[in-house]
Amino acid sequence: MKDEVTREDRVANLKGMGCSRKRVEDARFTQGKGNYVDDIKLDGMLFGDFVRSPYAHARIKSIDTSAALEVPGVLAVLTADDLRPLGLHWMPTLAGDKQMVLADGKVLFQGQEVAFVVAEDRYAAADGIELVEVDYEELPVIVDPFESLKSDVVLREDLVAEDGSIPAGAHGPRKHHNHIFTWEAGDKDTTDEVIANAEVVAEESMYYHRTHPCPLETCGCVASMDKVNGKLTLWGTFQAPHAIRTVVSLISGIEEHNIRVISPDIGGGFGNKVGAYPGYVCSVVASIVTGKPVKWIEDRMDNLMTTAFARDYWMKGQISATKEGKITGLKCHVTADHGGFDACADPTKFPAGFMNICTGSYDIPTAHLEVDGVYTNKAPGGVSYRCSFRVTEAVYFIERMIEVLAIKLNMDAAELRRINFIRKEQFPYTAALGWEYDSGDYHTAWDKALKAVDYDGLRAEQAQRVEDFKAGKTRKLMGIGLSFFTEIVGAGPVKNCDILGLGMFDSCEIRIHPTGSAIARLGTISQGQGHATTFAQILASEIGLPADSITIEEGDTDTAPYGLGTYGSRSTPVAGAATAMAGRKIRAKAQMIAAYLLEVHDNDVEFDVDRFVVKGAPEKFKTMKEIAFAAYNQAIPGIEPGLEAVSYYDPPNMTYPFGAYVCVMDIDVDTGVPEIRRFYALDDCGTRINPMIIEGQVHGGLTEALAVALGQEIAYDDMGNVKTGTLMDFFLPTAWEVPNYETDFTVTPSPHHPIGAKGVGESPHVGGVPCFSNAVQDAFRPFGNTHTNMPHDHWRIWRTANELGLHD
Amino acid sequence: MIPAAFEYHRPQDMAGVLAVLEEHGDDARVMAGGHSLIPMMKLRMADVPHLIDLQDVGGLSDIEIGDDSIRIGAMVTQAAIIDHDGLASAAPILREAALQIADPQVRYMGTVGGNVANGDPGNDMPGLMQCLDAVFTVVGPDGERDIPARDFYEAAYMTAREDDEVLTRVTIPLPKGGYAYEKQKRKIGDYATAAAAVQIVKEGGTCASAAIAMTNLSDTPVFSETAGAALVGTSVDDAALKAAVAAMLDDIDPTEDNRGPIAFKKHVAGVILRRAIERAWSRA
Repeated sequence: MKDEVTREDRVANLKGMGCSRKRVEDARFTQGKGNYVDDIKLDGMLFGDFVRSPYAHARIKSIDTSAALEVPGVLAVLTADDLRPLGLHWMPTLAGDKQMVLADGKVLFQGQEVAFVVAEDRYAAADGIELVEVDYEELPVIVDPFESLKSDVVLREDLVAEDGSIPAGAHGPRKHHNHIFTWEAGDKDTTDEVIANAEVVAEESMYYHRTHPCPLETCGCVASMDKVNGKLTLWGTFQAPHAIRTVVSLISGIEEHNIRVISPDIGGGFGNKVGAYPGYVCSVVASIVTGKPVKWIEDRMDNLMTTAFARDYWMKGQISATKEGKITGLKCHVTADHGGFDACADPTKFPAGFMNICTGSYDIPTAHLEVDGVYTNKAPGGVSYRCSFRVTEAVYFIERMIEVLAIKLNMDAAELRRINFIRKEQFPYTAALGWEYDSGDYHTAWDKALKAVDYDGLRAEQAQRVEDFKAGKTRKLMGIGLSFFTEIVGAGPVKNCDILGLGMFDSCEIRIHPTGSAIARLGTISQGQGHATTFAQILASEIGLPADSITIEEGDTDTAPYGLGTYGSRSTPVAGAATAMAGRKIRAKAQMIAAYLLEVHDNDVEFDVDRFVVKGAPEKFKTMKEIAFAAYNQAIPGIEPGLEAVSYYDPPNMTYPFGAYVCVMDIDVDTGVPEIRRFYALDDCGTRINPMIIEGQVHGGLTEALAVALGQEIAYDDMGNVKTGTLMDFFLPTAWEVPNYETDFTVTPSPHHPIGAKGVGESPHVGGVPCFSNAVQDAFRPFGNTHTNMPHDHWRIWRTANELGLHD
Repeated sequence: MIPAAFEYHRPQDMAGVLAVLEEHGDDARVMAGGHSLIPMMKLRMADVPHLIDLQDVGGLSDIEIGDDSIRIGAMVTQAAIIDHDGLASAAPILREAALQIADPQVRYMGTVGGNVANGDPGNDMPGLMQCLDAVFTVVGPDGERDIPARDFYEAAYMTAREDDEVLTRVTIPLPKGGYAYEKQKRKIGDYATAAAAVQIVKEGGTCASAAIAMTNLSDTPVFSETAGAALVGTSVDDAALKAAVAAMLDDIDPTEDNRGPIAFKKHVAGVILRRAIERAWSRA
């Protein structure tokens, strides 16, 4: 019989970092006990919904709300004219532009918010919407950003001066009335020179199509203005509740202490829930006007058509190299379609996000990036769909350019990557476009991945398949998709990262209770990431109390410390660091208490798992549980009672997770149907907090990568009509479409992060999209394919085969 | 996604259904599983002031397998088709096709009657029933009448059923020989990019009869008599397959949509039909 608790038992009891602790959230989610925004029901609550524009570009001549107001249960119909006296008919965007809350004289995209019908329930609101009569005068529609830059049609009259000149925008001079900004990074002249004199240059143009993060829960909110005490409570699907509080205060004039923002359980975000939407503003106004709580919830079509698209980058690249394949230069130009308003969710100084990570994992001595933002008649957005700001675009670009260069050099693409990787000893590595990569060991990861899949064997099999195909023995081609990615996450250092002037630090506040349990509150908000599980694990390891005794709470701005929220894989790199640092403050005070209780000097005790022990005398110790009690019941000279700490963490640098992915795909050239035979994903996210949650994140991110690569798009016709406004046409994969994923890892801790963690939630999406795409492209490489645009849905794959003459 | 207000009727027998239809005419629609009608109402693309729910009407959910034919009540769900062992041996193509319709949740609600009566060119059962030479029985104010599936479909959502008639059952001659339902779709829950139903009888090494119908390649299902005829008397060799495909391509008239352009759809239709014939022939 075991009569002694071993040190290993004590470690296991904590359920700290490194163990696959079961998710504490799942009990409520799997039993239908989650509490989402639409679950909130308040006495007298009203429901608001939008009249939306059927046209992509039209002048609004008049709006007649009289018939709608006759509908039983309809209380009010708000238009821009009602919001104008409050100065709320427009609102600022995160990108330094402004956006109509309700159509002010014209509409710029299909589905734009025109009027807000407030009713006793959503049924009456829907009936009211039908009866609002809007007289539109159609205007010429522009859905192509290149055409937009040449067009006489002015999309944004508000951004043209009375004399017809084009004032500068938030990010500098504008070249045309439909132009938003030009953003540059790197050395143009040197790059041009290097490319002009290079032994080998490969060029490619690629379109990263417009898509949409598609969280299962759409966006929504409940606004409740208590006119007696002047307090506004706003529940919503907010990925950044504190930032929303500040924004609401700034645009409404309500003092910030009178605003309480609550993000309850959130059913996925993926960037879709970062920005501020007209529904929030209208709900707040409607609550102020009516004195009653007002709920607004998008339906699926609203969500797909109007809130926060992702991508839509037209990328043109040049990559130069020696004959041996050593890359010498990289050039990238992006024409970025931002839709009718520039509502991209990026740190203020980065209008194209971190697109300048587009040199990828490679030691490229010189590079130049230029991005032109353009207005079109499409929905605004431009969010980071399961990635850090524009990193998916950057990694897709470089991982395609590498493949294109490999074709030009007639080289194996795996080998081309290997000879160009930043070497382990080069870290910290400053890239040509400015970022300082904190750490990496790319060769080790790449070799492990290629060995795991028997890469040489796969290439031999592929060669045989090509022979068989040519001999008429099979109609299926085999593609081997490679990708090696470096993410840049954890935004970010306050010196260069802010949103609306708010530095992108994050925070954690810990209170240890007398009986040795604790509550920790953070400035982030989980949308499915499992923060309540993993942050408790970080703390358990740091403060020696079991994770099961630690409650993690987020999302209530009245109780949580200020933070910038959860997106861009920033929670673990920033708030996770704050958590560790706050835990260390707790531990420092606990050390003094322990020393007092043990009657030794502070320096004579040391932390061991769940206790402080007297150095050299392990039988003399005080457990953290004992110390916690002492903090509340003993008068200790020179030490305040209680055991609490708060940390605001400003990260010194971003973190740079990386990974090596391989996809093996069989493609039916006659039907265009791809079949994923194998997908191997090696991720290095630094210190691993919970391997099970990491694996879940990788599965989810890869599945969204598969979606985007193989069919998920927001497509418009020439009239600006959304062609993919329902889940019939917008591809959301189910278990049926998803292959078995093999996951693997290496561990290269971040040198500047308190626990060495780097973040992982978005890596699989960033690395997965080019991997799936490269598999499709690789299958056709033996027949002359260089590049074909995503999404690789059946007909487009079939078209590639057809154009290559494979159907003759 | 909220429908306009409507009156909900739930008659207990067919007489009650017909009475509501007679009273309200065009303003009334019957609903079986509701998986086509309810989304249309929610999108406010269908205006149905009077909705008649058939679920309390008895006698519409039976599957009877006789010596010569199979009778399937209009309210039999796709799930019931899949679960019915007798049907699986008597007409295995029904299960093969039903398993390719939507997803399990939809199949628990979606019915055979609704699927064939709605006239949606994307539905799988209409083409299948044409292949099997099924007969649809409708009942109206003047009593029952039978309409062959091959004569039922006039255009998208337009059928030979009158507005005051209700489709009550499907009768299928016991199928003979080999079968296949082949469907290409983008994902689970999707309508077909192209689908082919094939039932084929082999005698000696020769095709004695063949029935072929295609789904979602025109504004109605397409029973291609000439495609079937191209196989009869052959050993279903490559030349016969090519002839059948060519004949079928003459009969379809696909349109471009998010699934792809016309050329792609025609190509895939040919591939799918060829595969369906080959599989059916291998089972014949």
